[in-house]
Amino acid sequence: MTNPSSQAELVRRSLKRRYRKERRFRFYGVAAISIALFSLVILFTDIISKGYTGFIKTTVTLEVHLDGELMYLNDASDPDQIAMADFQAPIIKALQGYFPQATSRADKRELSRMTGSYASNQVRDLLKENPDWLGSTRTIEFPAHDTVSVYVKHAGDPGYSIRLTEQQQRWTDELLSKGVIDTGFNDVFFSRGDSREPSNAGILGALIGSLLTMGVTLIIAFPVGVAAAVYLEEFAPSNRLTDFIEVNINNLAAVPSIIFGLLGLAVFIGLFGMPRSVPVVGGLVLALMTLPTIIISSRAAIKSVPPSIREAAEGIGASKMQVVLHHVLPLAMPGMLTGSIIGMAQALGETAPLLLIGMVAFIVEIPEGFFSSATVLPVQIFIWAGSAEQGFVELASAGIMVLLAFLITMNAFAIWLRKRLERRW
Amino acid sequence: MQTADLLPLVLVLAAVAYGFAFMRSRAVAAPLGGIRNLKALPAYYAARAALWCAIPALIILGTWAAFEGKVIQDMVMASLPAELAPQSAGRASLTLSQISNLAAGKLDPSIVPEGISGAATLLQELREQSSQFKTLLVILIAVLGGTFAWTQVAPHINARKSVERTLQRLFFVCAAVAILTTIGIVFSVIFETFRFFEKVPVSEFLFGTSWSPQTALRADQIGSEGAFGIIPLFTGTLMISAIALLIAVPVGLLSAVYLSEYASPMMRSVVKPLLEMLAGVPTVVYGFFAALTVAPFIRDLALALGLEASSQSALAAGLVMGIMIIPFVSSLSDDVINAVPRTLRDGSLALGATQSETMKNVIFPAALPGIMGGILLAASRAIGETMIVVMAAGLAANLTANPLDSVTTVTVQIVTLLTGDQEFDSAKTLAAFALGMMLFIVTLLLNVIALKVVRKYREQYD
Repeated sequence: MTNPSSQAELVRRSLKRRYRKERRFRFYGVAAISIALFSLVILFTDIISKGYTGFIKTTVTLEVHLDGELMYLNDASDPDQIAMADFQAPIIKALQGYFPQATSRADKRELSRMTGSYASNQVRDLLKENPDWLGSTRTIEFPAHDTVSVYVKHAGDPGYSIRLTEQQQRWTDELLSKGVIDTGFNDVFFSRGDSREPSNAGILGALIGSLLTMGVTLIIAFPVGVAAAVYLEEFAPSNRLTDFIEVNINNLAAVPSIIFGLLGLAVFIGLFGMPRSVPVVGGLVLALMTLPTIIISSRAAIKSVPPSIREAAEGIGASKMQVVLHHVLPLAMPGMLTGSIIGMAQALGETAPLLLIGMVAFIVEIPEGFFSSATVLPVQIFIWAGSAEQGFVELASAGIMVLLAFLITMNAFAIWLRKRLERRW
Repeated sequence: MQTADLLPLVLVLAAVAYGFAFMRSRAVAAPLGGIRNLKALPAYYAARAALWCAIPALIILGTWAAFEGKVIQDMVMASLPAELAPQSAGRASLTLSQISNLAAGKLDPSIVPEGISGAATLLQELREQSSQFKTLLVILIAVLGGTFAWTQVAPHINARKSVERTLQRLFFVCAAVAILTTIGIVFSVIFETFRFFEKVPVSEFLFGTSWSPQTALRADQIGSEGAFGIIPLFTGTLMISAIALLIAVPVGLLSAVYLSEYASPMMRSVVKPLLEMLAGVPTVVYGFFAALTVAPFIRDLALALGLEASSQSALAAGLVMGIMIIPFVSSLSDDVINAVPRTLRDGSLALGATQSETMKNVIFPAALPGIMGGILLAASRAIGETMIVVMAAGLAANLTANPLDSVTTVTVQIVTLLTGDQEFDSAKTLAAFALGMMLFIVTLLLNVIALKVVRKYREQYD
């Protein structure tokens, strides 16, 4: 038998080792948390550093002499002539005012690639609206060509390649110093639909599409979810059917979202013949997807209403339905709303099922209603992220910032609502 | 009138019914000496009328709107003269879009055959007729229902009971939507899957080692027959999910342990919401991050180390997916760890064990089943994740074990096969549904097992 003092000695000696282990274990925990938070920080800095330039537009402001002869146009109110006229010529002419030596065919082509490809359409639309402008000189602000914009915003950034010729770079520098090329807040981004040209593309179409889709989702998912939760918590008899419903809800909550896209494609589009790429179908699919989330959180909210409330109401003669509608529901409503907002935030960020029901189409127009073709914010980001032009990458990140701003607002609102209205019993 | 306009109209009619029934119930009660002599409050008689007005009308409206498009399409297609009747489903959808564009005035009638323009006129007529009938029928039923309930306002009828019964049934229908959704999912994948297996044998699908879903469009076309072997997709999916779990499980688990055992309440209240933020970021954002930041970084790193790397590597997708499911694992583990009874922990600490020893030797073994359940749920989420892999993992179906290579997954293939124009009967489209079915079955199994494990574990300590 070892004596007590040597046993204490043994413990003391092992203690050092054990404490070292303890510290190491703690360190692993700290490291794990650091990794997670570090990823979060990297993610956000990456998006912001890539995307803040998306909120800046590069413009070329020119004094354009709308010369009829140059455009082969002598009556701007005649649609036939408008269709045939050359609206690029006065823009090139105006640029030549700064660079008189640029007269060769190649130079002209390079000049025409200083302004965006929609610049001539812009001149055409202006003339269509104001036929009397023909022959006058006007100051017009054009979006700069994608390559010029990349040069102005990202010269020296290894992530971007400069596709301007040396001559164009010289021109751009000179125009920049003269203030002809300028940068400003990108209002186009917030007032247009998608476009093939980054300088002309905006997020408004996708934003409206998202709002319409979310509207359909909310109208369907919230009442149905709350009603289902009320049934399951308050009325459902404990039988096999109820069990089956519960199993279904739990499983649906974990079904991959893309499966809901298959459902939408086969049932809403295939079976019911609904049109593709419309907010109604998107909203229906997302509603089915968020329903389990809403039901589960609503049930939790109903459960948290203390039985004493129900008993008191029943005690003074209220029917079961009156107890539920007059007492339980109002008290559980904050919790239900919170859960629903969080579910809606999930739906707002969802992309995969919408790809399958055709909301990935290229849509320029801003959607007008629940049945017009539309796309939504996350899908628009997906489209831009996969586009070849460099300018779309910053638009995609800028779009992500807009989307995240919405999500953060919704979640913050949910938290505020919970803090404000939820009662502790 | 269109469905979107009829819906508010029905609601307005219901409100009108409510108003009339309310007034009538008061009028009926007045000679009896006030509403105390009615069997129910006036609001219940009114609500009963509103329900009678709205529910049948809405049911008719919903059914009509759901099947209207399909029925009209079929009628128009049947009306086409024999020589114009399309041979295949692909031709059919082409003809159909031609007809509907013509009817919408987007197409010049002079450039299409006679029969097609006739069909377009028919389509237009049928649509108008359907819309008129629908409007008439819905209004008629709403008014009839409302009037019936209005005449039923009488002191001996207990409106409250019938309103409550109807509401309860409505609530049940809402709960049953979950069942309908599951049935919808199963049926929408099952039919197409069976049709797919008529074209491609099951054994080839399950055990084939090459995936290239290119089928010839015309019979005389020179081109690949199309190979539908799911093995490369499964290995790709498994590799990416495994990388993701390799990141998420240790990081998530250790964070949860630290937060529940060591962190001060202050730190917990800051770190937990931040971790949850990771869960709230949309997957398309992760996809963007993976495709444009992580993948190029990994490629450059690999090249600097003298390794061959594809610009769309499994590693990039897996890494980012791992980050995405960290909060999932940590919050599930947190629940499980906190569910271990206090007494076990106190007992171990009282015996002189350090906190980490308590954790490793007492709490962890006790929490293990729950943690396993959580990991299974995380795995099912990783397998079903779509956007990250669509954007970062690539399309080439390589059968490889090298994480720097590009691989493809089941979800990527579903998206690629089904985006863009498609016919419902080509093996390519049907293959997507077969893949969807596989995905559904696998994730369902994982979820069922996980939920069972977690529940069993909970019962143990409750």
